[in-house]
Amino acid sequence: MAIPALNAAGPGGLAAPPAGHSVASAPLAPAATRRASWAWAWRWLWAWPFPLAVLALWQLSAVGGWVPEQVLPPPAAVFKVFAELLASGELWDHLTISLVRVAGGFGIGLVLGLLLGGAMGLSPTFRDYVFPLFKAFSQVPVIGWLPLLILLVGIDEGLKFLLIAKAALVPVAINTCQGIENVPNRLVEVARVYGYTRWQMLHKVVFPAATAPIWNGVRYGLTHAWLALVVVELLASSEGIGFLIVYGRQLFQLDVVLAAVVAVGIVGFFIDKLLAATEAWLLRWRKPGL
Amino acid sequence: MSSTNVFQRVPRHLRGWVLPAAILLVWWAAVAGGWSTSPLLVSPAAVWQRGVTQVASGELWVALSASLWRMGWGFAIGAAAGLAVGALLGWSRWAERLVGPSFHTLKQISLFAWIPMLSMWFGLGDASKVAFVAMAAFFPVVLNTFEGLRSVPREYLEVARVYEFSVAQTLARVVAPAAAPSLFTGIQLSLIYAWLATLGAEYLLASGKGLGNTLIDGREHFWMDLVLFGVVVIGLVGFALNWLLAAAERRLLAWRDRTVAKY
Repeated sequence: MAIPALNAAGPGGLAAPPAGHSVASAPLAPAATRRASWAWAWRWLWAWPFPLAVLALWQLSAVGGWVPEQVLPPPAAVFKVFAELLASGELWDHLTISLVRVAGGFGIGLVLGLLLGGAMGLSPTFRDYVFPLFKAFSQVPVIGWLPLLILLVGIDEGLKFLLIAKAALVPVAINTCQGIENVPNRLVEVARVYGYTRWQMLHKVVFPAATAPIWNGVRYGLTHAWLALVVVELLASSEGIGFLIVYGRQLFQLDVVLAAVVAVGIVGFFIDKLLAATEAWLLRWRKPGL
Repeated sequence: MSSTNVFQRVPRHLRGWVLPAAILLVWWAAVAGGWSTSPLLVSPAAVWQRGVTQVASGELWVALSASLWRMGWGFAIGAAAGLAVGALLGWSRWAERLVGPSFHTLKQISLFAWIPMLSMWFGLGDASKVAFVAMAAFFPVVLNTFEGLRSVPREYLEVARVYEFSVAQTLARVVAPAAAPSLFTGIQLSLIYAWLATLGAEYLLASGKGLGNTLIDGREHFWMDLVLFGVVVIGLVGFALNWLLAAAERRLLAWRDRTVAKY
């Protein structure tokens, strides 16, 4: 019992969420649970020396004057700016704007991607017609569409939603389509033997079997959406976390730039954790099978 | 299933062309019919014409070679560094414990957020752009190299130990082949990211020549035909890269299919 559960957490490496741990360790003996939590604490402890050493070296280089402050502001200065931006609510305002954009664009891209990918996966005829054009469309990255869309829709909110939606749509659609196509034939055959209706087939066989690849697509989609957001805000925005970076750069205030970069990293980190936890919940039925 | 409608009567190999042809037709009709007076509505012929002049004047070649050169260098540096770091993390538990969490945290920072920093450190020239492309290429290689090494089945290593393979033999004969598919995925992703990053760098650090700069040129002068032509070229380069990678994968990993087929 313990070994498959540990294996399930293994390949995911550090992405293994605490939620998964509690699920996996529930049926285990208390001793094993204690050992698992010790291992977790051990990992956690060893994660610190390296970044702390880098930070110390960085601070030392500023104190010793090895690097001019304009080129690399010391971590203490970055932390101070970060705290100020946080206290004044400025950081929060920019973040809220950015998160609304990501949520909106990702939502649109997700729904369209699921519909498009689902249709392509379920109907070979539809796939024949649409896939080549879709492939061509996906070959041009967000940056390539940006100038075209700026000319067509201007640089308002619409542009941001469209580009973020595009960034999310492509991986979602591709993974949904492939996930449905790759459902093992034997599963479908069994269902056919049992005389499942089309709806039962989709609901009980195809969708559950395709959940993992579709979810992968959703993960990629959100990551790409977050990437696209920063690009769009760097290029065409007067607010948002990406704008804060550009703004700091224009004023040659690298401490502001770095504080904003740290904020981008923190948000990315939480998005990743949220996704990992959702994945553990979505695919919880898969655990005993592995 | 057996009911045939209009869509199913079209031969399969032609189906993919229907939508693009329809779009082209509507586009052409929109221009010919004068549906809009906007200067942004250019005809397909104008885009073609722009393409011909770009090729004939050599401008396309200058921009394309500059972009590919940046991508090549950035990719080479980033992928080499990524292989080294990924191998270290995969090979040594201690390295993974110490550096792994920091790496995974750093990875969360959206790539493009680094551009303003890089421009402060390396200026607006090629150094910044190549550094950015290298960063973009670095992360997927590290992740997939690490995953590849960690997913080498323990039994394989035990067999190697039984046969008393040296470290070099174990690496060359056991670890490298077993990790190859994952390594290849890393390289593949990294090349795609490098291409994306090249365009991003050219677009955000607007100086010099390159396909990204072609797009900026078109946008600033409201030359829709140039923008569209640039988009087409970017798409074609993406296609070519994917095609090359698929061909390389078939060749390099051909043994994978064979071993499966033996059973």
